[in-house]
Amino acid sequence: MAQMNIIQAVNSALHNMFERDETVVSFGEDAGFYGGVFRCTSGLQEKFGKHRSFDTPLAEGGIVGIAIGMGMNGLRPVAEIQFADYIFPGFDQITNELAKLRYRSGGEYSAPVTIRTPCGGGIKGGHYHSQSPEAYFTHTPGLKVVICSNPYDAKGLLISSIECNDPVIFFEPKRLYNGPFDGDHTAAMVKWDSHPKGEVPEEYYNIPLGKAEIVRAGKEVTILCYGTMVHVATAAAENSGIDAEVIDLRTLVPLDIDAIEDSVKKTGRCVIVHEAPRTSGFGAELMSQVQERCFWHLEAPIQRVTGWDTPYPHSLEWDYFPSQARITEAMRATMEE
Amino acid sequence: MSDFGLVKIMGEDSEVNMHVPVPPHREGGTSFPSPHEIPAGHHTKPSIDCAGEETRDLAYGLLRVLNDDDEAVGEWDPKLSADELRAALEHMVRIRAYDDRMMMMQRQGRLSFYMKCLGEEAVSVGAAMAMENRDIVVPSYRQQGLLFVRGRSMVDMISHCITNSNDNVKGRQMPVHYSWKEGNFVSISSPVGTQFPQAVGAAMAFAYRGEDSIACTWLGEGTSAQGDFHYGLNFASVYQAPCVLVVVNNQWAISTHRNLAHGGSSFAARGIPYNVASIRVDGQDLLAVYAAHKWATERARAGHGPTLLEMYTYRGDSHSSSDDPSIYRPGDGYENWPLGDPVDRLKAHLVKIGEWDDARHEALQAQCKDEIIAAYKEAETHGTLKDGPFPPVTTLFEDVYEDEPWHLLEQRGQVGI
Ligand SMILES: Cc1ncc(C[n+]2csc(CCOP(=O)(O)OP(=O)(O)O)c2C)c(N)n1
Ligand SMILES: [Mg+2]
Repeated sequence: MAQMNIIQAVNSALHNMFERDETVVSFGEDAGFYGGVFRCTSGLQEKFGKHRSFDTPLAEGGIVGIAIGMGMNGLRPVAEIQFADYIFPGFDQITNELAKLRYRSGGEYSAPVTIRTPCGGGIKGGHYHSQSPEAYFTHTPGLKVVICSNPYDAKGLLISSIECNDPVIFFEPKRLYNGPFDGDHTAAMVKWDSHPKGEVPEEYYNIPLGKAEIVRAGKEVTILCYGTMVHVATAAAENSGIDAEVIDLRTLVPLDIDAIEDSVKKTGRCVIVHEAPRTSGFGAELMSQVQERCFWHLEAPIQRVTGWDTPYPHSLEWDYFPSQARITEAMRATMEE
Repeated sequence: MSDFGLVKIMGEDSEVNMHVPVPPHREGGTSFPSPHEIPAGHHTKPSIDCAGEETRDLAYGLLRVLNDDDEAVGEWDPKLSADELRAALEHMVRIRAYDDRMMMMQRQGRLSFYMKCLGEEAVSVGAAMAMENRDIVVPSYRQQGLLFVRGRSMVDMISHCITNSNDNVKGRQMPVHYSWKEGNFVSISSPVGTQFPQAVGAAMAFAYRGEDSIACTWLGEGTSAQGDFHYGLNFASVYQAPCVLVVVNNQWAISTHRNLAHGGSSFAARGIPYNVASIRVDGQDLLAVYAAHKWATERARAGHGPTLLEMYTYRGDSHSSSDDPSIYRPGDGYENWPLGDPVDRLKAHLVKIGEWDDARHEALQAQCKDEIIAAYKEAETHGTLKDGPFPPVTTLFEDVYEDEPWHLLEQRGQVGI
């Protein structure tokens, strides 16, 4: 089996889908000839032609707008937004148009659009190259929201997202593109080469949306997380000696509620981790769900470890980015009660 | 989850009719078909109270003052003194030396990121010299020249770029996202285009208060595809806001050629249907840049409304420290740009009029380099990117709001400060 990083896995998914389905097209700023600033779409234009993979004017509202139009008229567009921080000029098109088209037309119209976008911090990108805006979209009925944490999942989930007839916002944590990251920025860069999830088939496969994965089984406490935080939380579990069960949610909408419920009912303790700011973050929704469904099984209040309620900083990045230490502290807090 | 299997929608001989433009050089031509055949001195100068639509020729033409013999010619010659010309040259040489040094430091890992303005030095120097310091400037990330002309300390600029304890934006932004209130230089935002209508609003505030200051703002030709560009033009036109709106057409937006930014030939021409006075300017010609800004600034100050300027120039180097232009524009090097280089051209003009020579030029370059090395050293006494000291952790929670609400105080407590 081939060894891939997330960039290559995304690229492989697109190549497979371009081959299988002539209605699949890909476009975005610098995403045609150059293959995207992170090179996720490289080789597509060369192989399939510039009508299948093309550059666009620098206008996210326009990019999402044409994706909707193409999608409602027989194509299956995969639009790239260069950084999740730059998705906001397209926000109206996504939340008011893309998300509501099916409902608004009584089911007559829909647009099977996938919007791929690199998200998250850990790359010294400051507040405009580090944000995690998933909660804006999970709060919008009509959108599915997916976030990958490794190459194998990236490919399988992206293929399912493209095949999905509902619009999908597909987040790619850019800190993970080239290797897993456990939050220790002083350690040497690790690559996907030797990671089991870096083994990715060249052929088509998919991973169903709406299914979480238990990435580390444990008995003492459940950690709910996604994206880069999957690796930080897993490392915190390993290094603290606490027998935590780490769940990679993978799809935020629709949520794998059974996986969450089963785990928390088993451990009786829950820690929620995300990079995005705390107030109205997706953690607030997770916390409500756990409280509503597992209240009588909880041994202690649920804990949240999140980014602070500040814009994402540049030089003080590591004081913002949720650390193993903070996750460990939160796990301990649930166990003291 | 359905497995679609193979989907074919097109027959063997069906043709794709969707048009996707390609940069000329990628099909064996050149990226440089330009309006540069228009000779210097060709355009007449309308009065500053003309209707926007009367500037049509200027919007589709090219305003040039320096001719091929390095002389200043025509009605638009701003007749700058030799001292003013030398000051402009000095600013441009200093900016170039600064950019080179900073990019070199980035390559050594002493900056996290950097962006040069090679080839575009005249665009900001000519603009800043034509304005008053009280005029508010709302730049994009490639107008560092404004700071030099307005006299910002290089130590402070470098401190920002290495995010040390002397960084006035407290290490919150990536390098080159300067902010300098004292110089009426508005904090640069990375999301492109957003600040175009903001500059119009700032201009409206001057008009509201009855002041005769103006606002000037810049965005790239790539960015002109954003709605914000059109919002800015339309609002400026509707309210006759005292502002100068500039599109810097440096031909490229990262890897994307300008023919993907619009389907027309001139960016300046976008202003005409909004009835905004519009001029396309040779951005390598400091005198033309200065003259156009002077005209537009006087027009705005006198209450005759906004002007759109297209600076026709070339991005001489990579987009930033993160990309390699040889991949997407091989053979399309800056040395081939038909309108030349702004430093070379102004220098040649000064030599021609007997006010400059090679020896003085070399001495200036050496002096600028020394100044920057010294400034860099001094900046590092306030901390380095690698070892700090950085702005203190308390700054993480400051300036989110004017005062910190309870939840931020609580979170600050969790960090232990
Ligand atoms: C809203 C938004 N989308 C995308 C980006 C990423 N980006 C940064 S600069 C750039 C290209 C800008 O090109 P242009 O406007 O021509 O300015 P230039 O860099 O040539 O000065 C892009 C796509 C961004 N900063 N903001
Ligand atoms: Mg440009």
